[in-house]
Order: sequence, then structure tokens, then C-alpha cells
Amino acid sequence: MSMLKVENLGITFGGLHAVENLNLEIEKNELYGLIGPNGAGKTTVFNMLTGVYKPTTGKFWLDGEELTGRSSIEINRKGIARTFQNIRLFGNMTVAENVLVGLNNQMRYGLASSFLRLPGFFKEERDYSKRADELLAVFDLYDERDTLASNLPYGKQRKLEIARALATSPRLLLLDEPAAGMNPNETAELMNTIRFVREKFDMTILLIEHDMRLVMGICERVTVLNFGTELASGETSKALNDPAVVKAYLGD
Amino acid sequence: MQMLISTLIDGLNLGSVYALVALGYSMVYGIAKMLNFAHGDVIMVGIYSIFVCLNMNSLPVPVTMLICVAVCAVLGFTVEKLAYKPLRGSPSLSVLITAIGVSYLLQNLALLFFKSERRFLQNFLQLGSIQIGSFELPVISLVIWGTTLVIMIVLNLLIKYTSMGRAMLAVSEDKGAAQLMGVNVNRTISITFVIGSALAGVAAILYAAKYQNVDPYTGSVFGIKAFAAAVFGGIGSIPGAMIGGLSLGLIEALTIGFLPESLSAVSDGIAYALLVLMLILKPSGLLGKKKVEKV
Amino acid sequence: MKSNLRKIFASRVFIGGAAAIAIWGVLALLIAAGIFSRSMQSLLIQICYYVTLALSLDLVVGYLGDLSLGHAAFYAVGAYSGCAFAVYTNLPLALKFIGGLLVGGICAAIVGFLISCAILKLRGDYLAIVTLAFGEFVRSIVKIIPGLGGTKGLLGIPSFDSRVVGFTASYIVLVLVIVAIYNFTHSRHGRTVTAIRDNAIAAESVGINIKRTKVLVFTISAFIAGLAGVVSGFYKTSITPGDFDYNVSIEALVMVVLGGMGSIRGTVIASAIIVLLPELLRGMDEYRMLIYAIVLIAMMMIKASPKCRALKEKLDGKINGFRSRFTRKRAK
Repeated sequence: MSMLKVENLGITFGGLHAVENLNLEIEKNELYGLIGPNGAGKTTVFNMLTGVYKPTTGKFWLDGEELTGRSSIEINRKGIARTFQNIRLFGNMTVAENVLVGLNNQMRYGLASSFLRLPGFFKEERDYSKRADELLAVFDLYDERDTLASNLPYGKQRKLEIARALATSPRLLLLDEPAAGMNPNETAELMNTIRFVREKFDMTILLIEHDMRLVMGICERVTVLNFGTELASGETSKALNDPAVVKAYLGD
Repeated sequence: MQMLISTLIDGLNLGSVYALVALGYSMVYGIAKMLNFAHGDVIMVGIYSIFVCLNMNSLPVPVTMLICVAVCAVLGFTVEKLAYKPLRGSPSLSVLITAIGVSYLLQNLALLFFKSERRFLQNFLQLGSIQIGSFELPVISLVIWGTTLVIMIVLNLLIKYTSMGRAMLAVSEDKGAAQLMGVNVNRTISITFVIGSALAGVAAILYAAKYQNVDPYTGSVFGIKAFAAAVFGGIGSIPGAMIGGLSLGLIEALTIGFLPESLSAVSDGIAYALLVLMLILKPSGLLGKKKVEKV
Repeated sequence: MKSNLRKIFASRVFIGGAAAIAIWGVLALLIAAGIFSRSMQSLLIQICYYVTLALSLDLVVGYLGDLSLGHAAFYAVGAYSGCAFAVYTNLPLALKFIGGLLVGGICAAIVGFLISCAILKLRGDYLAIVTLAFGEFVRSIVKIIPGLGGTKGLLGIPSFDSRVVGFTASYIVLVLVIVAIYNFTHSRHGRTVTAIRDNAIAAESVGINIKRTKVLVFTISAFIAGLAGVVSGFYKTSITPGDFDYNVSIEALVMVVLGGMGSIRGTVIASAIIVLLPELLRGMDEYRMLIYAIVLIAMMMIKASPKCRALKEKLDGKINGFRSRFTRKRAK
């Protein structure tokens, strides 16, 4: 069974078909790319898969369980986590706290423990802050654990977003333009990190990207979108050489 | 029947004045994106200016009215320049607190100059009434309705058909983009404050003619209700302010007129309860636009 | 390293507890010895309940990031229900006080819960105006509820005979509230609250239930505001609807904003200063509110000026640097 299965997914905004008849099948532990020119509807797909928008047509399943139309919260609990194109961190909280918010749903102590500092509070806070530190170490952020997230340099903010998403222990990770605004060196480093995340956490990753070097470097398969419809899909190099794709990107 | 009609007339009078004040709130909110808490107190200052003019007997009524509007417009302009402009770009809460500070400042200046007792205006704009069948209609009501209606129409035309109006619309949509397109944002905001405050001046005249009294807190109580009316109608919308103001005036007049004596203490409460209900059911007001944050 | 957190917490409890007791000791001694004037004694009690009220509002405005202009509503519900309990029951004074606190807090919490469920969809300025309207609504509805004294107010609320006891009782409530808020904001629940404030969409994307969290914060905040109301009633011995108009909400908001929003220490200091301001400006009664207004505007302008911002960042950096060095040393 595939990790993510999307069938005929579509959404319209006031008569405009933002996405139409999208079909995807992503296998476990696969690195899959969703690419296309600006305005092709890529982020809209992410928004549907994470419950921000309710799709008008079609369905999708995670590991065989249908999640169409569920709320963001439920979908995250079921195992889909994401990052955002325009970084969305908790700016006035420290780096460690950002990750701890991601871990929140696994923590169990109740309100009484919070108010009264019962033993459960100390035990869980200790355990989970250790887990947060481990996650931060993976992304080379441990030394900044007490810095405010908004004071991090751009590249590290992107990494922190991935760390926070992973903290919710997802089965499927959606990355929305992880390399946006990065220089070639940073992009190369990011590619290594993404590969590493896949190995270490046995993660399935779907990513949106404009940087073709990154896509060709790490994605096994891609789907190319244009004006909300699928132009081509399949193995990365084949799909990118499809005449329709070349035409969409370069014109006639 | 007689009672109902006179209650309705009362409600429309009150509602029209509310509508004018609500319009001031709405315009400033639409363009500067701030709740100008001091707006009501500008009206209070306007009424005091009428009071002062009346005490200098020689001034003819039209001059008094002009002075009132001018005082309010200048006050609005000055407050914007001195207190609000330096805070442009600050968090909206800071701006709100500053506006509250300005409101306190104006109230306490009035308290200092005129003391806390209620002052009465002697026969300002007493126009008598006309007989319609068996019914007496006060002329001042006609004046109030006429003024409000004309101002609404003129303002609507101004915003739709002049370049200044288009500049206002542009600034209210997106300050940054308007600036890039060559709109002078600071000047547009200044003009908005001047117009809004001049409207407050007109409202002050109508209020003075109707109620003939003033104290330092007149403006803030009246202002809060007018503000509620603006939100009720959908803040930022001119017809919304009109509808909101009129409904609030009618509701208030009807509850005062027809509730049993024992419940008259809650007449304000009912207006507020309706506002709360309204916004719970329709979070952006009657005619307001809904804003969605993009992900 | 193992029980680092607990150790730090234990040392804080120790230092904080010692400080709280020391402050209480000094003030109680000064009251008992008659060194404080009567008006100063009343101001101390007023500080206690105003700080409590401001802290409750800080939870909503500073931590959750929602603007409420109607906290007087919860304050009023707490005061009226708690004080009515004290007036209409026949119990020893201490039990009346404790019972009143519970009744007032719980009634306020229920109202907070209900209103927050209703206004979940509202944001920013709309939330502000609805809370303001709700506050005024509660104030006028109180006038017609039988047994609460109508516009004349609820009279004959029992009070502590000695000022020292009165101050001590108010002070204990305040300290408990500070501890509770500190613990809450430094827990996983508190983190979800600030996460929503910083970025609601991101918070939802990591599975945080925004609605539930908001209702929770409003309920807790209303409970605490209710406690403040009960304490104020026991101090004043009579309460009228006029004591709870929107100016109270705004004054509490000013305390929170001047205190730096989301800062317990800042709110405590700012509230104390604002309550003391009349005493500090004694003899200038006519100009008092005028000065208050000017200070308010000036503070906001200073806060907005670029120079001040740069200075604050520098200071924050230093404090943080010092703090992390300190905790790291401890960890070793």
C-alpha cells in the first residue's frame, strides 16, 4: 500500500479551478517532488493535504486511511506535517520551545500538573526537552537552543521549521520550497539534510521546489503541475524532459 | 400611535447623529487601521466651542456653527500630527493606548477649563415645529435627517469620483502599494482625519441643538456607542455606518420608550447585547468585508 | 544535568518564597506600627487586587495575543457573585472570604467560558469591541438582577477589621495567582498559548487546537479576574455597577501594556505604579488625570522611537547573555 494516495483531488475558488484531477501515489520512504511554474497550484495542494482548505472533489488516503476534509489538527495527529513557503516560526519563543510546541501532542501531563508542578511535569519536561535537544542536534541548531527563533539567520529558520514539523513524529513530511532564498552552498547542505532526515527517521517526503538542481539531485519521482492540472509525472529525469513540461517552462 | 411615531422620530434623530459619528470612526479605521478612541471627545470639544461662542452673545449662529466645525477639524488634524503619526508602524495596541491617552487628555482639559458640572446651551438652534395633521414634527429633526443624508451622499461621491477619494481607497487597501504608486500616504491620512473630525463637528452641532447640554464625558459615552454602531454596520463601510447608526438610535429609543420602568436601566445593555449577538453571527458586521489570511 | 529543571525551580521557589514573605513582613510591620497613613494602607490593598486583575488580562492580551476591552465584565461577575455569597451566608469571616473567592472565581470562569466559546471566530479589533460591549452589557444587567442592589449597589459586604489582616488576605491571593500564572505559562499548555499568539497557522499545523486553547485561556483569565473582584468587594464593603465600567478594563489594559505584555514582573510593577500615581501626585489633584494622560501618550511615543528600541534590544541581549551563562554554569 502506498503511503499517500491522492485521487482526482481538485478545488475551485469562486469558479476558478485552482487544482483539478490530481492523482498521486507516493511509496513509503520515497522522496517525491511536486514542481511547476508560479501559480500552478502547488501550495494549494499542500493546503488541501493538511486540511487548511477543504477539497471540492476527490479524496486522499494516508497509509490506507482516508483523511479528506479532516481538520488540520486531526491530519497532523494522523501523521502529516509540513513547512511553509513563507517561514512561519513562533518568533518570540526560543528555538528549543519551537520544537517543544511540536512535541506538545505527545506530552501527557494535565492542567493540574501545570499549575501545581506535580512530579509528572518535571519528568515529562525533562524527557521531552532532551528529545528536543536531540532533534536540534540533527539540524545543527543545538548551540542556538536558547536564541529567539526570529533572531536566527534565514537558513537556520528553514531548518528549524523542518525540525518542528518532525517533532510531531509524522509519517509524511511536506516541504514547501525548502531551498527558497538559499545560496548554492546552503542548498547543497539542505539536500544532505533532507536525505539524512529520510534515512534517520525513515520518512516519506513530498516537496515543492523551484530549484531544479535540488529536485534532480534528490527526488526519485516528480509530478509537474501547470494551471492546476497535471502535465507529466514519473521518474524525475523523464518527467522533466517531457515535451509538455519543456513547453510550459520555456515557452514554444 | 402618537407615542410610537414620536419615539421613532426620536430614534431617527439619535440614529442620524450616531451615524455621522460612526462615519468618522469608520473612515479613520478604514484608512489608518486604528480605533480612534478620542473621536467622541472631539465632539465634546466641539460642543464646548459652541457653548463658548454662545456666551459671547454677538456671534451669529452660522458663524458659531462654522467655528465649531473648524475647531473640530483643526483638533483632529493636530492630534493626528502630534500623537498618531509618530506611532505609524507601531503595533496596533500601542496606537490604541495612545488614542485612549488622547481621549483622557481631552476630557481632563475640559474638566480643567469648564469643571465637571453639566453646562446648558441657551436656545441654540431652536427652530420650533411644523404641524402635520394632528402631529407636530420638530423642524430640527428635519434638519438633522437632511444634513446626515446630504453628508452621506456627498462623501460617497467624493470617495468614488475624486482623485483624493481614490487615494483614500488605495491607502485603505494597501498602504505600501499605494505609496509605490505615488500616493502621498501621510497626506491622505491627514485629510481623512480632517474630514472625520469635521463630521464630528457637524455631529456636535446636531447634538447641541437636540440636547442643549454638555459635560466633559458627553463625548466618550456617545462616542463608544457610535463606535459600536460603526462595527455593527461593518467598520470601513459608509452605508454600513449609516445603517448601524440608525439601527442603534432606533433600538435605543424603542427600548427607552416601551420597556417597563423597572427595566429602563438596561436600555444600554440591550443595545450592547444586540451588538454582541450581531458580531457572533456575522463576525465582520452587517456590510463589512471578510478578510482571509493567506497560507 | 538530570534534575536540572527541578533544581532551578526549587531554587526559584526558595528565592521567590523568601522574597514574598520578606515583602509581606516589611509591609505588614509598617502597617501595624502605624507608619503608613490610612490612605497608603488602602492603596496597598488596592495594588493587590489591581495587580491580580491586570495579570488576568495579561494572560489574554500578552500571552494569547487577543485584545480584550471587557475584562471589567469578569471582574464584575466575580465581585457580585462572591460578595453576594458573603452577604447572604452565615459563616465565620474567613470562610466567607474563601467561599466568596471560590464562588466569585467559578462564576466568572463560567461566564468567561461561555463568552469565549461564542466569540472564537472574532479577531483583533472586532474582538475588542465585542468584549467592550459585553462588559457594558454585564454592567447594565447587574442593575436588574434582584438581590444585587440595583444601581445603588450591593451594600454590607463583610470586611476584615484589621488592616493588617485585610492586606494579608489580599496579598496571599495575589501571590497564589502569580505562582499559578508563572507555572501555567512555563508549562506545555503555556507554550501552546504563546505559539498561537506568534503564529496561529503554524500552531494549527503542528496539531494545536486553537479553539480549545483560547477557551481555556479566557476561562482561566476570567477566574482570576473574578478573584480580583471578590478581593475588591471585601475591601470596599460596597460595590456599585459604576465600579465596573469600561474605564476599569482600559486601566487594566494600560497596566498590561506599560508592563511590557506577557511579562509577570512588568505587569506587577506597572500596576503598582499606576495605583500609586494619585498618591505620588498628591496635592496636584486637578492635574492628576491630565498628567496620567500625558504620561500614557509619552510612554507610547518613547516606546515607538527607534533609539529606545535599539536600547531595549541591547539590554535584552545583555540580560539573556547573563542568564544563559548563569544557567550553563549551574548545569555543570
